[in-house]
Amino acid sequence: MSLQVELEHQRNVLIVRLRGELDHHTADIVRLRMEEAILKSTVQHVVLSLKDLIFMDSSGLGVILGRYKQLKAKGGVMAVCDVNKSVYRLLELSGLFKILAVHDNERAALTSLEVVS
Amino acid sequence: MNETRAANTMRVTFSARSENEAFARITVAAFITHLDPTLDELNDLKTVVSEAVTNAIIHGYDNDPARFVTIEASIEDETLHLIVSDEGNGIEDLELARSPLYTSKPELERSGMGFTIMENFMDRFEVTSEPGRGTRIEMSKRIESKKALFN
Repeated sequence: MSLQVELEHQRNVLIVRLRGELDHHTADIVRLRMEEAILKSTVQHVVLSLKDLIFMDSSGLGVILGRYKQLKAKGGVMAVCDVNKSVYRLLELSGLFKILAVHDNERAALTSLEVVS
Repeated sequence: MNETRAANTMRVTFSARSENEAFARITVAAFITHLDPTLDELNDLKTVVSEAVTNAIIHGYDNDPARFVTIEASIEDETLHLIVSDEGNGIEDLELARSPLYTSKPELERSGMGFTIMENFMDRFEVTSEPGRGTRIEMSKRIESKKALFN
């Protein structure tokens, strides 16, 4: 089991769907794909859609934190949605919910970002 | 079935390559299958193994694939004991390394949460390390089997 990254642009929002297992081994591909996409001038905010993310450890937290900083530097915000129980626990333990808004699904996350922009 | 039995043990040594992080957590998960752990317990253990092995690879060996990481696991009654060890760089300041959000490699986008996660997810957690000689993480956790929940 590895990791697939699916990117979708909806107006100024980049939707990132992660499928599989996010660890130190797969963190690089997530970092590279997201870093490149966020550099585009059209991308203002990011929704991390984690419905099919079946495993994540602290390497995943590092990548999310890195992209949050990148996005913050250009004035954007990041939201997560469809977070399973174990990923939720990890985000909670690390205090990442202080900087990430959490939503039930992509639609709710997108609606919240429309209000921001 | 009540006679005293020697603990059930396993030991696996593998190359310090990042693709073996998934192998390591699946191996430990498979080893405890017969204890009938809950999905949450299984996930916690996989996370913990992933953290310890990742630390050994990145910090112990600076990603040198020629080096080796060892996992020893044993099951005693319903408790899993885990030892993850390397013979790498070791840790200079253990107290600093254990504090949440601290990372010795900020340039690598590490979150600094590895030790905090291991401490939180396990019942017992102990690190011993000697600079230049390696690091050894000993942990244990009681597995509350699903059967117990139904009774």
